[in-house]
Amino acid sequence: MGAVVAIDALLQERRVWKGRPFAPVPGAQPTGHAALDAALPGGGWPQAALSELLLPCDGIGELRLLWPTLARLSQAGGRIVLVAPPYLPYAPAWQAAGIDLRRLLVAGGAATAPRDALWAAEQCLRSGSCAALLCWPLQADDRALRRLQVAAEAGAALAFATRPLAAARNPSPAALRIAIDAQPAQLRVLKCRGGLAPVRPIPWVVD
Amino acid sequence: MRWACLLLPHLAMDGVLRGFADPAAPRVLVAGPAQRRVLQAANPAARAQGLKPGQALAEARAVARGFAESECDPRELGQWQRLLAAWAYRYSSQVSLHGGNALLLEVAGSHGLFGPWPRFQARLRAELEELGFRHRIVLAPNPFAARALANAHDGLAVDADGLRAALARLPVQRAGFAAETAAAFARMGLRRLRQVLALPRAGIARRFPPAVLQHLDRLLGGEPALLEWYRPPDRFDARLELGYEVESSQALLFPLRRLTADLAAFLAGRDGGVQRFVLRLEHEGRADTALEVGLLAAERDPALLFEIARSRLERVQVPAAVRALALHADELPAFVPAHRGLFEPRVQQAVPWEQLRERLRARLGEDAVHGLRVHADHRPECAWRGESVAETARPTAPATTAPRPGWLLPGPIPLRGAVAQVLSGPERIETGWWDAADLRRDYYRLRTRLGQDAWAYRPAATGDKRGEGREGGWMLHGWFA
Repeated sequence: MGAVVAIDALLQERRVWKGRPFAPVPGAQPTGHAALDAALPGGGWPQAALSELLLPCDGIGELRLLWPTLARLSQAGGRIVLVAPPYLPYAPAWQAAGIDLRRLLVAGGAATAPRDALWAAEQCLRSGSCAALLCWPLQADDRALRRLQVAAEAGAALAFATRPLAAARNPSPAALRIAIDAQPAQLRVLKCRGGLAPVRPIPWVVD
Repeated sequence: MRWACLLLPHLAMDGVLRGFADPAAPRVLVAGPAQRRVLQAANPAARAQGLKPGQALAEARAVARGFAESECDPRELGQWQRLLAAWAYRYSSQVSLHGGNALLLEVAGSHGLFGPWPRFQARLRAELEELGFRHRIVLAPNPFAARALANAHDGLAVDADGLRAALARLPVQRAGFAAETAAAFARMGLRRLRQVLALPRAGIARRFPPAVLQHLDRLLGGEPALLEWYRPPDRFDARLELGYEVESSQALLFPLRRLTADLAAFLAGRDGGVQRFVLRLEHEGRADTALEVGLLAAERDPALLFEIARSRLERVQVPAAVRALALHADELPAFVPAHRGLFEPRVQQAVPWEQLRERLRARLGEDAVHGLRVHADHRPECAWRGESVAETARPTAPATTAPRPGWLLPGPIPLRGAVAQVLSGPERIETGWWDAADLRRDYYRLRTRLGQDAWAYRPAATGDKRGEGREGGWMLHGWFA
């Protein structure tokens, strides 16, 4: 214990592991929410990957979380597909959020069979002609999510799957998992590929 | 002038066989009245069992067993001929069905596009193979010589200098004379056409009808060819008799692939595309099931046509066993191929946006896939429109300045659960008197006990014909998600 060892020497010998700030993952898509960007390893949504949003119930800000990204992508000419949304996407609000509605396609509705919805989501992602895809898989098992994740990689698209909060207990192949809490209003990053999930929840102020 | 004769010696059999996934299984074509059924054709496997055309069916059943029988339908023969003519029309503008089970093509003008004859011929053979027709191909300076030489040769190509020698070797029986003429020549001891050509013309003119000399002149190219040219029709009709009852849509995929490939070959021939076609499933003793397949743009890629027809087919409940499958197409607009940059970066397995929409529409239904548009109306139900995906440029109405929810419920429902807080409101919406769907509501933005952000209203005291709400109850109409 008495010997004084220069820390430089230890580092040189690679006997001490030194934590470093993560290099930003190239190509990540900023979320448009500064606090969330700061917490995510790439400074945004993981590119060409599946992100999962876990909700206790509808209507607690899940769209406002995504709108800045969708607005940016659609104004840049990217196509956005909503596969089997649970309600009608209300055009005035989506337009007011800055989304170019000409770039938006709704495929199926709440009555669409879960199998068809998953099929459609996979087709869109794999096609390589969509910038972002939102889907609401009802009976998504591990295998279905993995297919979506692989398809998102193949088609280089942003995929968002909205699922009930109860699904948070099960592991998922998604690159990013965010739980939205209503009371208190906060975001919890449960998993993010390429970095450690932040311990603290992120306050989520919805206007 | 150079003429190719594409002889199809087994046209009727091949036409029937292409409806089956296993063409190698023994099969015969039968025709004639019920008392005397006679074999018209037999495929190689059936011939190997000792069956041959001309045999009575009863005799055939005594000789062999385990062969399948199909009805020989002369109308189908015409259908195959027209299909092949439509296919050949792609390679030459002068296509004739003159020679019975043969196609005559003028190919001198086609070499510039399709290369020298050996390569051109290989391509014709490959495509005929793909379509499922056995064939013999002969090239000659005039159509009649090509047709006659195809009776005895395959792959022969003669030019004007070699024509006389090639014809001279042809057996008289196969030179295309009428049966009694050929028999008369045979009785005279004439075996080869050389011997006939050596006869003095005056003698032939005295002993035989004038058609004989005319035929000889035509073979040698002395008389110009006046043939009736094929003109591609403006609609496509094809039908495939299955010959057995098909219950599952899986078993329909093979004939479906045939039909869509035929359609694609037809479209390529007339350089067109298809926008809408009808797939008809014919049942025994009940009305046909018709499936409409619509496309946004004219297409002609066989794989795409098949995939779209298939996803349409897989979505229907077939009510009864299927006896035959038919495909009709009336809308055949001009096909404009999408052009692509040579060095365009493309993601692996990339599917163009239009094709993706087609796929989604085919599986989810045409109405289920749509765009969105803001409509200038104060009534929340009317402030948006689903937009047909075909439209691209559309004017956007200015959105209202009042906050609107991202999710709208299909119809208002009573709000369950307690309201924790009124965030904003009321906003009075009172409009719609002009079309008897007037409403009068006070909208509020509410926070529920669960923390949800709801858009709900109370019907204002009177006059709301849509507000089915109970007095004092909240009607939920959307979520500020």
